[in-house]
Amino acid sequence: MHPIFDPLLVLILLLNLFVLGSSRLRSVIGASALQGVALGMLTMTAHGELTLDVVLVALAAVAIKGIVIPRLLHKAMRDVAIEREVEPLIGFIPSLLAGALGTALAVIFSETLPLLPAHKGSLILPSSFATVLTGFIILTTRRKAITQVVGYLILENGIFIMGLALLDAMPFLVEVGVLLDLFVAIFVMGIIINHISREFRSTDVARLSSLKEE
Amino acid sequence: MLILVVVVPIAMGLAALAVPSARYRPWLVPAGGVLHASLAVVILTTDLGQPMFASWLAIGALGRVLLGFVSAQFLVCSFYAPGYLALRPERSNRMFCAALLVLLGTMTLVVVSHHLGLMWVAVETSTLATAPLIYFNQNPRSLEATWKYLLIGSVGIALALFGSLFLAYAAVHAGLDSSLLFEDLVRDAPRLSKPWLHSAFVVLVVGYGTKIGLAPMHTWKPDAYGEAPGLVGALLAGGLTSCAFCALLRFVQICYAAGDGALARQLLLALGLVSMAVAAVFMARQRDYKRMLAYSSVEHMGIIAFGIGIGGLGTFGALLHLVNNGFAKGVMFLTAGNIHRAFGSKTTDGVSGAIRRVPASGGLFLAGFLAVTASPPFGLFLSELTILKAAFAGGHYWPAGVFVALLAIVFLGMASTVLGVVQGTPPAAASGRYRESVLVVAPPVVFLGLVLVLGLYVPDWLHRALVDAAAFVETAAAGGLRP
Amino acid sequence: MEGGQLIVDLARPILQLVFVLVVPPAMLGVIARTKARFAGRVGPPLLQPYYDLARLLRKRSVFSRTTTWVFRAGPVIGLTATLVAATLVPIGDGGAVFAFDGDFLVLAYLLGLARFFTMAAALDTGSAFEGMGAAREATFACLAEPAFVMGLLAIARANGALSLSAFLGPSVAAHWPSAGPSFVLVAAGLFVVLLAENCRIPFDDPTTHLELTMIHEVMVLDHSGPALGFILYGASLKLFVFAALLIRLVIPITEPGWAAWLALAAGTFAIAVAIGVVESTVARLRLTHVPAFLLAACLLCALGVVLLVR
Repeated sequence: MHPIFDPLLVLILLLNLFVLGSSRLRSVIGASALQGVALGMLTMTAHGELTLDVVLVALAAVAIKGIVIPRLLHKAMRDVAIEREVEPLIGFIPSLLAGALGTALAVIFSETLPLLPAHKGSLILPSSFATVLTGFIILTTRRKAITQVVGYLILENGIFIMGLALLDAMPFLVEVGVLLDLFVAIFVMGIIINHISREFRSTDVARLSSLKEE
Repeated sequence: MLILVVVVPIAMGLAALAVPSARYRPWLVPAGGVLHASLAVVILTTDLGQPMFASWLAIGALGRVLLGFVSAQFLVCSFYAPGYLALRPERSNRMFCAALLVLLGTMTLVVVSHHLGLMWVAVETSTLATAPLIYFNQNPRSLEATWKYLLIGSVGIALALFGSLFLAYAAVHAGLDSSLLFEDLVRDAPRLSKPWLHSAFVVLVVGYGTKIGLAPMHTWKPDAYGEAPGLVGALLAGGLTSCAFCALLRFVQICYAAGDGALARQLLLALGLVSMAVAAVFMARQRDYKRMLAYSSVEHMGIIAFGIGIGGLGTFGALLHLVNNGFAKGVMFLTAGNIHRAFGSKTTDGVSGAIRRVPASGGLFLAGFLAVTASPPFGLFLSELTILKAAFAGGHYWPAGVFVALLAIVFLGMASTVLGVVQGTPPAAASGRYRESVLVVAPPVVFLGLVLVLGLYVPDWLHRALVDAAAFVETAAAGGLRP
Repeated sequence: MEGGQLIVDLARPILQLVFVLVVPPAMLGVIARTKARFAGRVGPPLLQPYYDLARLLRKRSVFSRTTTWVFRAGPVIGLTATLVAATLVPIGDGGAVFAFDGDFLVLAYLLGLARFFTMAAALDTGSAFEGMGAAREATFACLAEPAFVMGLLAIARANGALSLSAFLGPSVAAHWPSAGPSFVLVAAGLFVVLLAENCRIPFDDPTTHLELTMIHEVMVLDHSGPALGFILYGASLKLFVFAALLIRLVIPITEPGWAAWLALAAGTFAIAVAIGVVESTVARLRLTHVPAFLLAACLLCALGVVLLVR
């Protein structure tokens, strides 16, 4: 592995914690964009040699996760004119603690699994699990639809990292599949958020509570 | 040939986008249904359904049952579409018709793909194709339902991919060629790394379980089924969840082939009972009859999971139940849709005396309720009895007891809502211009007839197909593919 | 050259003591100058803090009638504790003046002792403002101290030693390649702790004149004359202690010779400039957001530990 591999993974872990603790939507979207760029760089350094498809996938990752999707989210943010996330279901500080705990658990759990020799001592699997867990926490505890979409983004980033771990064995089908899946899903979600904002004049999903058991 | 049964509906769906006339566009749906059914019959009765693309597309014993079932269910539902859309001229049905057909294509793809990555793509696409269907009413409530469906569904799909990657890692770690082809995985299953296989299965159950609607990943179901038109509910509850179950069953088969079925069985048994319990709790005093049907779907998915968890004869019962449930849900959702149109309300506050206002639909709703809660002589009684028999034979006495108790509680809960809808006098506000047309009554009648027939007499060919499918699931290593 | 070696060995602690005693106020001067430059002004002379100290020492302390011995003891004990703490920190080449296993905990406790007496002196005045400042200081200390100790713990774990001079010594340079990411995290965490403990923006504004927004400043509001001088000097010493630890981590040059001292001087200057830059560019955090920020620093250090333990 390239020496920059592990520091990039640490950066991704830090960005996870940042998104968990931040309430400003602009920085949250920016952090997920930065994660996308880091993933692109990870892709290029994961493989031993730089073949054409490696470069293409890396560029696609940077383009879609780092530029296109943050653009869409910023546009959605402007359309509904919100800037800040309200206090989430479990509060910002408990979210931070949950994320930190999740990272620690991810490290412990990946130690218990039998690893390929290339992955022993590397951060790749723990950071994949930790990122998926972070995305999950954000999805389930935030109130604004845009933040939930960012949580979904981070979940997919975690899966992307896992795909990178399998790079030598499996073709890039997985990476391409995830990228495509992400793009389409976010696009559709963006449309929905648009509709939500028009119907409800806000994207506070706590308002989406008329459907519940009486 | 197999590729046709996938591509034809999708092509027709895309064609539906181009048809300009809103009156004739809905007829593309039954046309597509008929075409698909004919292709399915050809594949199932001849040996034209050979594996294609290096076994990426193939149809085994389980696939045969599901292909036939999906095709039949869509065929009957598709004839409901023109009648229903004629009652909703105020909405544009372009997206609706296209999405219906694309959904059929993607459901078929889930069933016939033996490459687990392709299967995942199909499940993902079906989720996206269903979103416009749920949003058909375009009011705030259906928007909320669509948002929840999409978000939870996408998370489930993502987790399913995550689990698939775990499985691939298990293969790579064992030094095998990491392939996502079902045949390869089943063949190499005993050599897969056990911790990875276990973790993979747990994640996959959560992921695909979200699409199936097993508790506790079922939270999108009441909203989605409650707000979607009845036709969409029938297709989702009957067809899509069954296809998602087929996807999960592939991984169950891999676990069995690895000799590690215990974890799979226990997990499915537990989740099955939890789903039934959740359904029982939430169906009590449920005033919205469409949400009640959603919880019924959760319950029946739980029953199927329970059956698979029991194993042996239970698997046969579960697969029989899958077919029966699909048809029974067809009756319930379609007639619920009719009642909704007639009364303009979805809750028992606004609906009563359905049997007087819309005699056919009301009567079918009542009969469907009896079918869904497994009263003889309907088919679900037979399938649930089979599962129970298998449970007792396998020594699972306590789970079987809980199973029966929950069935009883569900019956009581559902009865209060259904009888509230059907009996009584219709409210004055309910006399509208809705008149029952043949097109919206005939499909539920057909579904009810099917459930009744299956309760009285299971045809030999169907019985054989189900037995083969059950054997295929149980002993996947030996089963192999049937041409 | 035994004689020469002996002289060097004797000279080193003296040089360290001289450095520790003389240089810290210059850091304050550099910070003030940097902030002024950012604001487009020329700023006070670099040696201004020395002039301030001299001026304060010449004056007479005024003590309120409501205070007791605690108020008089506060600055003295604070300065003494900080001075002793400074002797535990390895600077320049070689180890600290005093070094023993577990001395990093003693360091933390000495700084805690100084803080305690500052707060006690503040409470002793009986004024509401000082009490408020003491309460805030206690709260933030609860969050900053774990971060500090965890950061030091990470470095100790990486180097397998329990004395500051040992784990911030020559082995750091050897471990940077393998424990690099962890050290980066710890350095970031320690920098945040440095800002928090020394009452810099974004935690506390040292130049504010509104009592309600002060934390440290308000605790020392009633001191005057030499006592205030002690406090000012003690604050600069504390800043130097944190800076020295950070420098040893980030610029691990410890071979005997002038290179280490040059690194120390350059590092001290760099950190002072960095603090000045941070103070000029970042806004002060809302008081309710401070715990989250300190928790983040704690988590950074904890993550550093986790990365080393696996």
